[in-house]
Amino acid sequence: MSYPLIEARDVRVSFDIHRPSDLPWTPPAKLHAVNGVSFSLEPGQTLGIVGESGCGKSTLARALIRMLPASGQVIWEDGTDLLTLSPRQMLKYRSQIQMIFQDPLASLNPRMTVGDIISEPLRTHRPDMSSKERKEKVRAVMERVGLLPNQINRYPHEFSGGQCQRIGIARALVVEPKLLICDEPVSALDVSIQAQVIGLLEELRRDLGLTIIFIAHDLSVVKHLSDEVMVLYLGRMMEKASSDALFADPRHPYTQALLSAVPIPDPQVEKGKKVIALDGDLPSPMAPPSGCVFRTRCPHAQAICETAPPEDLCGTHQTSCHFAGKTVVPA
Amino acid sequence: MALLDVKDLSVRFDTPEGDIHAVNGVSFSLEKGETLGIVGESGSGKSQLNFALLGLLAKNGHTTGQALFDGQDLLSISERKLNQIRANRIAMVFQDPMTSLNPYMRISDQMAEVLMLHKGLSKRAAIAESVAMLDAVKIPDAKTRVRLYPHEFSGGMRQRVMIAMSLLCHPEVLIADEPTTALDVTVQAQIMELLAELQREFGMATILITHDLGVVAGFCERAIVMYGGRIMEKAPVDPLFEAPTHPYTRGLLDAIPRVDEDQESLHAIPGNPPNMTGAPKGCPFAPRCALADDRCRVETPALMEFAEGRARACFRPIEEVAA
Repeated sequence: MSYPLIEARDVRVSFDIHRPSDLPWTPPAKLHAVNGVSFSLEPGQTLGIVGESGCGKSTLARALIRMLPASGQVIWEDGTDLLTLSPRQMLKYRSQIQMIFQDPLASLNPRMTVGDIISEPLRTHRPDMSSKERKEKVRAVMERVGLLPNQINRYPHEFSGGQCQRIGIARALVVEPKLLICDEPVSALDVSIQAQVIGLLEELRRDLGLTIIFIAHDLSVVKHLSDEVMVLYLGRMMEKASSDALFADPRHPYTQALLSAVPIPDPQVEKGKKVIALDGDLPSPMAPPSGCVFRTRCPHAQAICETAPPEDLCGTHQTSCHFAGKTVVPA
Repeated sequence: MALLDVKDLSVRFDTPEGDIHAVNGVSFSLEKGETLGIVGESGSGKSQLNFALLGLLAKNGHTTGQALFDGQDLLSISERKLNQIRANRIAMVFQDPMTSLNPYMRISDQMAEVLMLHKGLSKRAAIAESVAMLDAVKIPDAKTRVRLYPHEFSGGMRQRVMIAMSLLCHPEVLIADEPTTALDVTVQAQIMELLAELQREFGMATILITHDLGVVAGFCERAIVMYGGRIMEKAPVDPLFEAPTHPYTRGLLDAIPRVDEDQESLHAIPGNPPNMTGAPKGCPFAPRCALADDRCRVETPALMEFAEGRARACFRPIEEVAA
């Protein structure tokens, strides 16, 4: 077993919420967006983070790169805890961790040319580089992600969504990061373009040995790209396992429900499929249920789920449920 | 006779950059009680096609062709006559429930308005009817929640309100434009199940517009695949998914990652979506099609029936090229 590239230990993010009805001196309520998430990721591996809106998957990513204040520990491969660094110390690590965002056009500055957008990280992280070297580097990375180098002086609005996402990927890769965090990189794209971008990410991972944290709400995309998958619900980890194990044998009732709800492009399969319906809506994260957070919508919930939060188990297939593996998916 | 018969419908938009040909010569029919899926990627014209049917196009949009509903051409009848059909006999559910509900009105007022206008009910009777419909779409405690404003509902609940509102007049045709795109998968599953149930119960014909082939597979009997404003393939869902004959349909199906299968790699369709300005020439898919030859780039293939209920617009369909 190799040493992990990044290890998160009990990461928590909470926001202070002033409700409109509160009086000025009322202490703010706490919203726990991410509540004790731990994982470790080895070099070259891809971790998929799935969950529905409001489960804290994007917040977790933002916490890892210090875009949001978080508690807990995020240990980089050299043993440094990223959460304790000063902004100046953090700069060194920023070039090793890059991010690509969901909305390809909104994450590019409309008044900068593609060349300027892609070379900006170099100006920050490699100030000693000459402008000629920089230009070479930008051209090389553009070619790498499938953009034509003669498009270097164009503006983002001249590109389609898929090409904008390629620009975003080029900008992230130009500083040669070790870890790439992708926050819903393909959910704004059409199916045919989505497959192109997924193909590109796979290719880059193979050729450059990138480690990837891949956040998505689309389980099929995550299944396709990830070695390991983590399922979040209301800021807590429900299940974490290797991609193969999780999709072949989902043990948490939430994962089972989530998987059964994915529509499958085959009328024969769809007709015989049994969807596990979840009752009601996501509870408010301001007042999460006691015990297991999923119990209010869980078809298997018992008395114990209300009083005791399930222990996070160790091992390779972790499930945060009192009845993990004992609940069977109806065929 | 078909309930809705669309013949050679085209939609064109005048813009400062030139004409945009959003929909080009689309023909299809919808039978009573049938579920028809219209699938396509963004810019395929699937939404504009349906906006044209209900006279909801932007001001610079022009239509040609015919859309016969009960002997009346929806594209040429007066606004007044169209208003008697819209919401009453043909209803629509929009993609984003938050922006299509009026944030300043209570649900009760928004729903009652429909019934007072179309059915001439009193406000009291209209609200009672609205509550019954909210019950039908399984909104718990409908009687008190009908008094709430849209922002007090979650996304899934709002979409239920939209569906309830569209069903108030028991329409013969329901057009659902990406009804679950803004929702999470578990909520999507709830809404699609509800739609299927209501469709059986009320027996209305339903047009489901979506980009998600999985949703079509689960809900529709027949499907139309659109690209670049044209129909590429039209078939019942079983043969469409099992043996697609148009290279675009095949390409779409191969590009989807699946949770129920292990795939080595996805087959992306190379290239970018078509530019819709200027008069279209040749098959719109030709620049991205692996099978295209010179004829595809010059001539536009017509939609032709090649088997019972199945039609395609292609000079080089998969099985002929393979043979």
